[in-house]
This record gives sequence, structure tokens and C-alpha cells, in this order.
Amino acid sequence: MRKLTAYLLVVVAVVGLLAMGLGWESTQRLRVATTTSLYDTGLWSYLEPMFEEEYDVELDIKYAGTGIALEYGRRGDVDVIAVHSKSREEQFVADGYGVERVPFAYNYFVIVGPAGDPAGIKGMTPEDAFTQLSETGTASFVSRGDDSGTHGKEKAIWASAGYDYEDVRGTGAWYIEAGSGMGPTLLMTSEKQAYTLSDMGTFLAYKGDIDLVPIVDQGSILLNVYSVVACNPEMNSNVNYEMANNLVNFLTSPEIQELIGNYGTNQYGNSLFIPCADNEPIS
Amino acid sequence: MTELWDGFVKAIQLIISFDPDVMEAAGRSLWISATSCAISMLICLPLGSLIHFRNFPGKRLLVSVIQTLFSLPTVAVGLLVFVFISRAGPLGELGLLFTPAAIVVGQVILISPIMLGLIISALSGVDRAVTETATSLGATRVQAAIVNIREAKYSIVTALIMGFGRAISEVGLSLMVGGNIKGYTRTITTAISLETSKGELELAIALGMILIFIALVINIALHRLQRK
Repeated sequence: MRKLTAYLLVVVAVVGLLAMGLGWESTQRLRVATTTSLYDTGLWSYLEPMFEEEYDVELDIKYAGTGIALEYGRRGDVDVIAVHSKSREEQFVADGYGVERVPFAYNYFVIVGPAGDPAGIKGMTPEDAFTQLSETGTASFVSRGDDSGTHGKEKAIWASAGYDYEDVRGTGAWYIEAGSGMGPTLLMTSEKQAYTLSDMGTFLAYKGDIDLVPIVDQGSILLNVYSVVACNPEMNSNVNYEMANNLVNFLTSPEIQELIGNYGTNQYGNSLFIPCADNEPIS
Repeated sequence: MTELWDGFVKAIQLIISFDPDVMEAAGRSLWISATSCAISMLICLPLGSLIHFRNFPGKRLLVSVIQTLFSLPTVAVGLLVFVFISRAGPLGELGLLFTPAAIVVGQVILISPIMLGLIISALSGVDRAVTETATSLGATRVQAAIVNIREAKYSIVTALIMGFGRAISEVGLSLMVGGNIKGYTRTITTAISLETSKGELELAIALGMILIFIALVINIALHRLQRK
């Protein structure tokens, strides 16, 4: 029995040591679920150290499509979300999961495709372009297919063009559902020399790696507004509301708004986002 | 194809320059997988001995079930762990989701069947005379089991190598319950997945090579242990 006791002691000691090493420490952490387009553009990596320094907190940034980001929020697995789907954010707040929807930046969606524009959609409205793609069916279209904000926008364009989205999905091999983030979808679109709908920020950030150009970039439906929503501590008591609110205030503060507005000018030659705290653009 | 060579060069550059991000992710991969292996070993050694030395109805079936679980898909384990430790789940109060501990929990579930199955088969390979001799010399059951484990050491270290290999190479589980958070839950494999999705193929390949290098070093160390 002495050996068994010794064994058990070793088990407890090892597990205890390892648990300590794994960091069940007391540093404050703020858990953010963000849309992939804000992550893939590098905006979060740029802002993260500034926020961490100002508030002495560890920012845990989880990148996910808008759909899954909202689900994390509903389940209480994150404290704050940064996404881009107005109607779903409003629903999230109306259901009591979010405290308030606070827009902080915007840009535009763009339909990108091969420079030769094989489907001949240049100069059309987004709705007409989609109609043309669907009716000819010769050029492929790569859909995010992941219930993200961009995917939501794509569905909205189909609806606005008079299509039932479920019908579009079933019309043939030209319609490809990637099921991945914006970056990977752009890379796939480039490989296939197809068309896709992208937010301008991610497209500019990936422009150097892909062989695609903007084809359709005019149309009020293409407006893309990013909002930050603090999760409601009344729904999930573990939510770090105070720090979540700090992040909302941080993103909408004049200094950070200016930094967001200039972000990307050096690296990509264009600014990727237009700041819009207290001044949400209306399409 | 040039990516492979460029990736190789980049891997060497990253190792020589001690690139902080890469070193951190590599260290984390190693630490998390080692922890999972240690915990799994601590569970599987006594449990495996118990299953091997006891006779009970349904023993063969149990062993078949354990062997079937060798092919547990990592994402399925990830999903299972996610549902349990998400705030809305039964263990939500622990606040484990998106922490390194969550990855360890998942990896223990993932690799324990392999370790358990291989430990049972390792013990089966030990000559029955060993137990008989030990018992005749007055050894208790636990002592007899320990003698058997010593005899089967070579194969048990193989179980450890297999478990470690599966733990350090999995990605689906780490992504799902770890969240690939930079500086906290990003491991080599989740970093490879992210860099590939960003189109940074050279960096992804370099990270893959670093992972193989780590595995090589660990395996050499374990083989030395095996020969002792």
C-alpha cells in the first residue's frame, strides 16, 4: 500500500504543478470574438498591445465568422464581440444578449474577379451582376458559405436581386461554397479565377497574394459597417462587462478612431477602414 | 515547389534567430502535449493494469471498444469538450473554454484510449511466470503489477511515443477548444492552420518543419529511455 500512496502523491503533485504552469493565474483577461475580416486585415494585432497597455489586461482574441461569434456571445464564452451584420447584431441586443450595438468603422464590400471579367459584369449594380452570374452559369462564384457577415451580405444581395437563396445554391457547379474565412476564400477564388464578394479591407490586405481585381464596387447595398457589442452580464454573470465597456470606449475614442482611419495606408497604400463612431453611415 | 525549399530555409532562420512568436508557440505545443501525456499516463497505467489483471465479463468487448476509440476524430473530441466546458454547458462554471487547460482536457480524452490499449497489450506480452514468481515471493497484487510494468517498459514507452505523437500533431481539437488565441492558446499546429489560411505558405511550411524537428528530439530522448 505504501507504493500506492506514494503513487497517488506523485499524481497529485504532478497534476498540481502542471495546472499551475498552465496558467490558472489571476491576470485579468478580456475575451473578444471578432469577425475574420477584422482579424485577417491585421487591425486587431495593431490595436491589441495599445489596449492591453492602457488597461493592464490580456486581450484574448478569437477570430470567427459573425454567426459563430454571436453564438459564443449567447453562450457566455466571450465578453464582447466585434462583427458586421446590422440586423443580427440588433437581434442579439433585442434578445438581451448584447448591451448596445456601437458602430465604430465601415468600408464597402466589393465583388472581385479575374481582370478579364469573363462574365462581363463590370459597371453593373451588385444585383444585376449576381443575376448575370447566375443566368450565364459559366463563370464560378465562390461563396463564403459559413454564415458570416459577408455571407449574410451575399444573401441580402441575392434577395435584393429577386432570388431565393436556397434556389441559387442548387443551380449548379458554378456556385461554390467555401465554408472558410475571407482570406482563404479569396485565395480559393484566385486559384479558380472565379468571382467572390469580399470586404474591401481583406481584399486590400490580400491583394499582393492573389490574382483578382475589383469588378463591382458601386451600390448602396455594399456598405459594410463594423460594430462592437458588449455582452450582457445579466444573461451570463461571468461576463467582464466593465472591461468590455472599456474596449467599446477605446474603439470609439478620438485617438483610436484616427488610428483606425489611417490603418493600412503605409502597408497597403489605402486606408482599410473609415472610422464612424457616433456617425453611422446610412445606405 | 519552391515553397518547400524556401520554407526549409525559413525554418532554419526562425530556429537560429529564436523568433519569439515561433519559440512561444513551439514551447506551448510541447508543454501542452507533455502535460496531456503525463496525465494520460497517470490514468492509463493503473487503469490498464486493472483491466489486464482482473477477469470480468465483457473484458474482450471493453478492449475492442478501447481499440475502436484509437480512431476518435479530433474535431469530435473538440466538439464534445466544447459542449461540456462552454459557459452554457454543465462544466461552464470552471471557465475553461479557450484556455490551454481546455486543450489538455481534450488531448487527454483523445490519447488515453491509445495509451490504454497499448499498455494493455504491452502487459499481455509479459510472461505469466513473472507474476507467478512475484506472488510466490510474497508480492501483493500492486507489487506484482509494478514488476510486470517494469518488464513491459519498452512497449509502454512506445505507448507514450504514440500518445505524444497524436497529441502534438492534432489541430482540430486545439482550434475548437483553444481558440488559437495569439500568445495564449496558439500552438504550432494551429499557427500552421492560420498561416496557411493567410496564404503565408513558407511560414506554414517552416512551422511544420519545426514541429517535426521537435518530434524528432522527443523521440530520440524517449528511445534512450526505452533502452535503459
